[in-house]
Amino acid sequence: MLKTALSALWKGDRQADRVVPPSGFTAQLTLFVAATMAFLAVFALALSLASGRLATIWGQELARTATIRVVAPVDQRAAQTAAALRILETTKGVASARALTDSEQQSLLAPWFGPELAIDALPVPRLIEIIEDKTGMDPEGLRLRLAAEVPGAVLDNHNRWRAPLVKAASRLKLLGWISTLLITATMAAMVTLAANAALSANAQVIAVLRLVGATDGYIAQAFIRRFTLRALTGSAAGMVLGMLAILLLPSTDDAGGFLTGLGFQGWHWLVPLLIPFLAGAVAFAATGAAARRTLKELA
Amino acid sequence: MIEFENVAYSYGGGELLSDISVKLAPGSFHFLTGPSGSGKTTLMKLCYGALLPTAGHVTLFGNDVRSLDRDDIAMVRRRVGVVHQDCQFLNHLSVAENIGLPLTVSGRHAETGGDDLLELLSWVGLSNRADALPPELSGGERQRAALARAVIMSPDVVLADEPTGNVDWEMSQRLLKLLVELNRMGKTVLIATHDLGLIRATKAQVQARVLRIANRRIQLAGADL
Repeated sequence: MLKTALSALWKGDRQADRVVPPSGFTAQLTLFVAATMAFLAVFALALSLASGRLATIWGQELARTATIRVVAPVDQRAAQTAAALRILETTKGVASARALTDSEQQSLLAPWFGPELAIDALPVPRLIEIIEDKTGMDPEGLRLRLAAEVPGAVLDNHNRWRAPLVKAASRLKLLGWISTLLITATMAAMVTLAANAALSANAQVIAVLRLVGATDGYIAQAFIRRFTLRALTGSAAGMVLGMLAILLLPSTDDAGGFLTGLGFQGWHWLVPLLIPFLAGAVAFAATGAAARRTLKELA
Repeated sequence: MIEFENVAYSYGGGELLSDISVKLAPGSFHFLTGPSGSGKTTLMKLCYGALLPTAGHVTLFGNDVRSLDRDDIAMVRRRVGVVHQDCQFLNHLSVAENIGLPLTVSGRHAETGGDDLLELLSWVGLSNRADALPPELSGGERQRAALARAVIMSPDVVLADEPTGNVDWEMSQRLLKLLVELNRMGKTVLIATHDLGLIRATKAQVQARVLRIANRRIQLAGADL
């Protein structure tokens, strides 16, 4: 049944198309709705995929780094830093650890204090950057050892601020998928409304067709084909416009990466290409259901 | 062909038709008469599955109408040509396309290009109106176009509901002549009309039986009509 319907849709029947009168204005509305929905769907997809990417990055890459701050009087700082590094060398799960140099610390602070600041004169804590290996380290054990041997060292494994960011990104991703679903459902609702309107506007045509021996399938096909093609072409146009808009977003750099990372990467560019086919399938099913419902009530 | 067995039909309220038993044999010619509102159109609709009887059995071409699904009904309608009093067309298609519509919807569109359609158009006298749109036709032309559409599939049965309702006497004679010709070609014909003059005029040309609806029942009217 579905197979014959699809093959009829593909082959088309110019005569079957002609038996239903052309409908200028409502046809354009269906095209417009399909285009708009596809345009919005591109953004919803971009949002989902980009925030998913963000959550992964934050979850994986940041999880493998940690920082130790050595807060000590200037004269003891070097000794305590060396002690902390020694402990790290023997800590399981640490791939590498190194103290930042004075100039690195100065450039980190430069945005706040300006480049002229003489950092030596201030009791700025020394930072040690830790990169974990794949097995990961035990932060509690490390904290205990540090507390015993290097009282001025404070371990920060970024968990405090990483967790809510990952959570926010995952939530955004979920919202993106929900939007995509809602857009699909709205599209189905709009096509159903349009198909119902077309079916009732053509009640007399349908009555004549039934009288001369047309089957429900034949009549439904004329409407299904029309609405499916409209949804397909409309959403293809909307999809292309949406992708162009994404392409034309300002390019991302390191500083703005958080905000303007919206977009597609790699094979994700192929995902929006499915939108017109999904829209066509939705229109096909929605019109078919509407036509069967309407026709069943006629003699 | 079409057989009614103790058929009753009611529209919500009381019964419009009751205890109707009638049989349209192949090649027969029947008139159906009775006052307006007596149920002539309803009985016609029972004959092509547009209505289902509320009691009794209607048998179309050997099948109980209740056992037919919607596609079966569509197939029945390819064997029954129907002419309504207010015949409806597809107003965006030409007269010729409308007459060929039964072929188109049954997957035989190629045949509408053949000589049959032209012959049929000239038979009903619409050759010069082939490209007109239905709203441009006069009442008589519409009736003749509807008759041509009803017979293009070469149906076994032709049902005509007040085919002469909207046309003058001369035109009604022409239409009737066409129906009589169809009957001579072996088609079963049933014409609903309240025009007794028409019935009398026809009886001279063909062996016609007259069914009269009175008091919700069918009576075979006498030969004295």
